[in-house]
Amino acid sequence: MDISAVDLARIQFAFTISFHIIFPSFTIGLASFLMVLEGLWLTTKREVYLRLFHYWLKIFAVAFGMGVVSGIVMAYQFGTNWAVFADKTGPILGPLMGYEVLSAFFLEAGFLGIMLFGLNRVGPRLHFTATAMVALGTAISGFWILSANSWMQTPAGYTINEAGQFAPENWLEIVFNPSFPFRFVHMMLAAYLTTAFVVGAVGAYHLLKDRTNDAARVMFSMAMWMAAIVTPVQIFAGDMHGLNTLEHQPAKIAALEGHFEGETRAPLLLFGIPDMEKAETYYKVEIPLLGSIILTHSLDGRVPGLKDFPREDWPDAAILFFSFRVMVGLGFLMLGMGLWSLWLRYRGTLYETPLLHRAALVMGPSGFIAVLAGWITTEVGRQPYTVYGLLRTSDSISPVDAPAVATSLVIFIIVYFIVFGIGTGYMLAAMLRSPATGSGPTPGEPARAAGVTPAPAFTDPHPSNTTE
Amino acid sequence: MDIDLALVWALIIAAAVFIYVVLDGFDLGIGILFPTARSATERDLMMNSIAPVWDGNETWLVLGGGGLYAMFPLAYSVLMPALYAPIIAMLLGLVFRGVVFEFRFKAHPERRWIWDIAFFLGSLTAAFAQGVALGAIVQGIAVEGRSYAGGWLDWLSPFSIMTGVALVIGYALLGACWLIWKCEGPTQAHFREKARLFAVLMIGVIGIVSLWTPFLHPQFAARWFTMPQILYTAPVPLMVAALAVVLFRSLSGTRDGLPFLAGLGLFLVSYIGLGISLFPHIVPPHITIWQAAAPHSSLLFLLVGALVLVPMILAYSGYAYWVFRGKVRIGEGYH
Repeated sequence: MDISAVDLARIQFAFTISFHIIFPSFTIGLASFLMVLEGLWLTTKREVYLRLFHYWLKIFAVAFGMGVVSGIVMAYQFGTNWAVFADKTGPILGPLMGYEVLSAFFLEAGFLGIMLFGLNRVGPRLHFTATAMVALGTAISGFWILSANSWMQTPAGYTINEAGQFAPENWLEIVFNPSFPFRFVHMMLAAYLTTAFVVGAVGAYHLLKDRTNDAARVMFSMAMWMAAIVTPVQIFAGDMHGLNTLEHQPAKIAALEGHFEGETRAPLLLFGIPDMEKAETYYKVEIPLLGSIILTHSLDGRVPGLKDFPREDWPDAAILFFSFRVMVGLGFLMLGMGLWSLWLRYRGTLYETPLLHRAALVMGPSGFIAVLAGWITTEVGRQPYTVYGLLRTSDSISPVDAPAVATSLVIFIIVYFIVFGIGTGYMLAAMLRSPATGSGPTPGEPARAAGVTPAPAFTDPHPSNTTE
Repeated sequence: MDIDLALVWALIIAAAVFIYVVLDGFDLGIGILFPTARSATERDLMMNSIAPVWDGNETWLVLGGGGLYAMFPLAYSVLMPALYAPIIAMLLGLVFRGVVFEFRFKAHPERRWIWDIAFFLGSLTAAFAQGVALGAIVQGIAVEGRSYAGGWLDWLSPFSIMTGVALVIGYALLGACWLIWKCEGPTQAHFREKARLFAVLMIGVIGIVSLWTPFLHPQFAARWFTMPQILYTAPVPLMVAALAVVLFRSLSGTRDGLPFLAGLGLFLVSYIGLGISLFPHIVPPHITIWQAAAPHSSLLFLLVGALVLVPMILAYSGYAYWVFRGKVRIGEGYH
């Protein structure tokens, strides 16, 4: 089999970015969660919030460290493997990422040290400010990188100069390009949900072991509120994002819906196997009319098919069809969890229903899978272009040989699985430790922020009141 | 507006790279010195002295890479393929050592040595790869049209190996000086001794690289050895000599911060010397900063942000250092 440098470079980028995105989608939400926990501790003075803060802070530190190092790789990979892309898009995407570094990365890194180690040096109020700055940094980072990604999907505000580069014409149009607001909202909500389901699963795990565990109750309750409130908003945001994609990248919609023929009164395919060579979807399971209703909000709306577009511009429907369904399916499972938890909360049995806790435990990784599936959908759907409609992926590659890319790819795979595998193991081990009182630090580990335990012997006499 | 934005950005990125080199330099240097520690406690101390700040230090590298991509996309797109292997090696080294800050204390104490080795090897690899990349840039890069035109081992030469070794030595010196500043008692004395050793080596490699560079390219020689340029290049070696004296004296003195500052001074003067050789080329010997610069509107857009944000960054990064000022002590409570 003959694999080209382009294919290898694509695999390498997909591999390194997929590993990377796992950590930010967790830390964006976790930073905000930590800010809320510390804020609640400062305002209510209840020790359980501080305990939860320290509990999740250790996990945050590991995840954040892995996000930083896997992110540095991304900053250089544009150049090593995608030099032509870098030369042509640098004038537009470069400044967006430059703003990300200046306004977000430094903010996060500058205050992270204080957040992790500085509570007893700066006092609670300044420390809370540091936590808030880290949380703010993660959100600003999301703003710029999603703006850059969205510009690749829906380029705007540019001209092409005599050197063949995309040159900026209107920065407002570039930053707020047509798909950016939708993608930004969709991704930030996804990050919050990802974190909520991890927190929920950890809370559920400890509730299954001991349903009087006060910290487990608090975090489980908070996570289920997030699931109940944010999931419906996310489904609405996802629908809006889909309509925006239909307007700007109809071929992507055709592929992810498995439609090769464009038609009015189109069905919604629940299942099928798209065959790109024969240009047909087999084994269809469909609901009549629903495709037109969802995508055009009318019965007679026309839904595009891949055959509306030149063959060389088709994204791979065989991947998109499934990645999209995985994302949407998980979204509806999350909604189900949220509604179920609301019902049990109303009944007063949120902490006494092991079945819900088991389900929450299983749903722990659902956010990560949905995020990955969503990114696969949007990125594979942009193919065969790096800058949609303007710069082909095959024209974006560096002048490097396939063996060089293959070698670095193999090394990346080995190193990432070892390093991030072990890191994930440490995070899981930390999550298995009970957040209840009396769980000391690991032997040999210097305690973080030693000396600040304002209520060391305090235990909540009314654990059932911890419902938020 | 007649301000030369390409020049302004070249200076900003050069400054960012320099800040990176000195900040992550002492970080990486501590990794390089890790095997010389005499006990697990001493290794804990070494890590604790940089744990709260390493992440911020490394962000300057992202600014250097990102800034190059943004403001000099042509240079970025030529340099990265040209330096493919050293860049990948550097990134992997940074991955290994970066995660150690959290992993080491999570590991079972009996398996902690694995992360000690990873920290050492990761730091050493990253430092060496950076030095090799620097040497490869100085010796010149083959360019055709708008792309890199050389092979994937062009970066490898006796000169680039030499600069790799030189940077490892330089970083070890900075690391040792940092530990003199942040530690006390026997640990401080131990690293005072190491600093003396690396100071001697550092002066040696500065000499070798300085004498070697002009012979790589007649352009470099002309810049250093002909009138009237020699009038303003001559102070560079003189300043190296003066700083070397300050460094050696301070290593026997009582002012704990001075060796680090003298080490910084040596780096700064060497860096300026490098700039004198290369300017105005960003990809020697073919591409100048003006040829590689992004369109005016890109340069201006990010410059506005940089003028507002960089002073803020310097302020709160400085504050983070201030919060963790003073000596690190065993069991003091942060890692």
